[in-house]
Amino acid sequence: MSAGQPGEAGAGSIAIQVEGLRKSFGAVPVLNGIDLTVASHEVVCLIGASGSGKSTLLRCLNLLEPISAGRISLWGHDVTAPGVDENLVRRSIGIVFQSYNLFPHMTVLRNITLAPVRAAGVPRAQAEEEARALLDRFGLASRENEYPDRLSGGQQQRVAIVRALAMKPQVMLLDEVTSALDPELVAEVLDLIRELAAGGMTMLIATHEMGFARDIANRVCFLEEGLIIEDAPPAELFTAPRDERTQRFLRRIIAAGRL
Amino acid sequence: MAGSGPPSANTFLASGRGPRLLSGGGGRRAAAVSTVSTVVVLAALVAGFLLAPGSAEVRHTFFSPHNMWQSFVGNPSKGYYSVGEALWLNVRMFLVAEVFILIFALVLALIRQSTSPVLFPFRVLALVYVDFFRGVPVLLVVLAIGFGVPALRLPFVSAQSTAVYGTVALIITYSAYVSEVYRAGLNSVHRSQTAAARSLGLSQFATLRFVVLPQAVRNILPPLLNDFISLQKDTALVGVLGAIEANEAAQIYSSTVFNYSSYTVAALLFLLLTIPLARFTDRLIDRDRQRRLAGAAT
Repeated sequence: MSAGQPGEAGAGSIAIQVEGLRKSFGAVPVLNGIDLTVASHEVVCLIGASGSGKSTLLRCLNLLEPISAGRISLWGHDVTAPGVDENLVRRSIGIVFQSYNLFPHMTVLRNITLAPVRAAGVPRAQAEEEARALLDRFGLASRENEYPDRLSGGQQQRVAIVRALAMKPQVMLLDEVTSALDPELVAEVLDLIRELAAGGMTMLIATHEMGFARDIANRVCFLEEGLIIEDAPPAELFTAPRDERTQRFLRRIIAAGRL
Repeated sequence: MAGSGPPSANTFLASGRGPRLLSGGGGRRAAAVSTVSTVVVLAALVAGFLLAPGSAEVRHTFFSPHNMWQSFVGNPSKGYYSVGEALWLNVRMFLVAEVFILIFALVLALIRQSTSPVLFPFRVLALVYVDFFRGVPVLLVVLAIGFGVPALRLPFVSAQSTAVYGTVALIITYSAYVSEVYRAGLNSVHRSQTAAARSLGLSQFATLRFVVLPQAVRNILPPLLNDFISLQKDTALVGVLGAIEANEAAQIYSSTVFNYSSYTVAALLFLLLTIPLARFTDRLIDRDRQRRLAGAAT
C-alpha cells in the first residue's frame, strides 16, 4: 500500500481482487481457489452453508489468516506480497465479526477511539469528536459512556460497526453480523448496513439473511466447499440459479422458511 | 422442606449466608443467631487455651506484654534489635522485589506464549527456568545466592549486602510463580479480542498493551495478590543470611532474653502488612465489577 491512500478510486475501479486464493488449516482445506472481484462502491454478499468458507475468506482479506496460495490485491496493490505492512492494510479494510468482540474493559467511546488514537495517531480530542459524530449518526449518542455488557446485542453490534468505521476504511467486511442477535434486534443492524451501502461504502457481506442479501447486494456469491459456485446479481441468483448446487442450497433455505 | 406446600417464611429468614461476611443474611433473627454463635465459638476457643495445663507458661513465653514491648522497640545495648524497625527492611525488600517480579514474570510469560520460530530457544529457556525455580524451595535459592555469589569474589556483584542477595533470590523464585499466573491471565482473554484489535490496525504491542493485558490482569488480581502475600512473608527467609529483618530480629531477641514473645510481635506485624493488602485487592475487584455493572461512570 505504498502508493497513497486508495480511497480516491472512482466508481467502477476494482477495490478487491482475489485470485486463486487457497487456505488450509493444517491438512483441512477450507478455501480451494477463490477468484473474486469487487468494484468500488459495490456490495457483494456471500451466501452458503456454515463451513463453506465465507468467514475464512473475509478473515483472509483482512490478513487475519495467512493464506496458503493465491493473491489478494486492494486497488491494484498486492497485499499478500512479503514485506507488506499488515497494520496499514487493515486500517483501510474494516471487519465486523458475528460476536461483536467489543473490548469489555472500555467504554463505548474508548472502544471506538482506541484504534484511531493508537494506530492512526489521531489526537484524542479529534478522535472523540469523530466518534461522537458517528454514534450520533447511528442513534447511539447516549451510550458513549456505557460499558459493552450494559448494551443489547443489537447495540453492541452497531458499536462494533462504528468502531470499524472510525478508522475510515475504504472497504467493510461483515461476517454474519446478525447471526448472534435475537430476531427483534436484527433490523436495527441491517438498517445501519443499508445506510452504509446507500452512502457508497464498498462491502463484502457474509450473511444468512437471504432477504437482506437480495435487497442490498449488487452481486451475490454462493460458496460451497471453499469455492465460489455461482456469482450473479441477486435477481438472477435467487430466482433462476444456474448451478445445481445453488438450486439445492436455495431449496433448503426456502424449505426452512428463510427466503 | 420435606412434604408439600410452600416453604414457610422462616425458612428464608434463617438462611444465614449473605453475599458478605458480616451482613450475614436477612432479618434481625439471623443477626442475633450469628452473634450468639460467634460469641460461643470464641469463648470456647479462649477457654480451651486458658484451661490447658501449660497455659500459664505459654502465655508468659509467647504473650508477655513486657517482652513484646521490649522486642518491638529494641535495645542494641542489650544485644537485640527492634523488631518493628527490622520490619521496615521486609517492607523495602518486598516493594523492590514486587516491581521487578511484575516486569520479569511478564517477560517470561510473553516468551512462553510467543509463537515465532526465532524465539524457540528462548521458549525452551523460559520453560526450563520456570520448571526449575518453581520446583526448588525458596530457602535453598536464598542460601545459594546469599552465600554463593559473595564467594565468587567478583567486583561489585559480590560486594552487595545480604538484603540485596535475598531480594534477588526472591525475585528469581517468585518470577517463576508469577509468570504462570500471568500466563493463565493471558490465556483467559479470548483470541477474538486479539483478532478484533489487530483487525483495526493496532500493532501486536498495542494490542497487548491496551486490549489483552488490562483484561488479563483484571482476571488474575486475586491469585496475583496471593503470591504477593506469600512474598511478603517469605522476605523473612532472608534472615538466614544474617540480614536483620523482623523474623531475624525476633530470633535474636528470643535467644538473648529467652522469651518467644518477640515472634508474636513479628507475626502481628506481618499480619498488619498482609491484611490491608488483602482488603485492598477485594476493594479493587469490587470496584471494577461495580463500575462495569453501573455503566455510566468514567
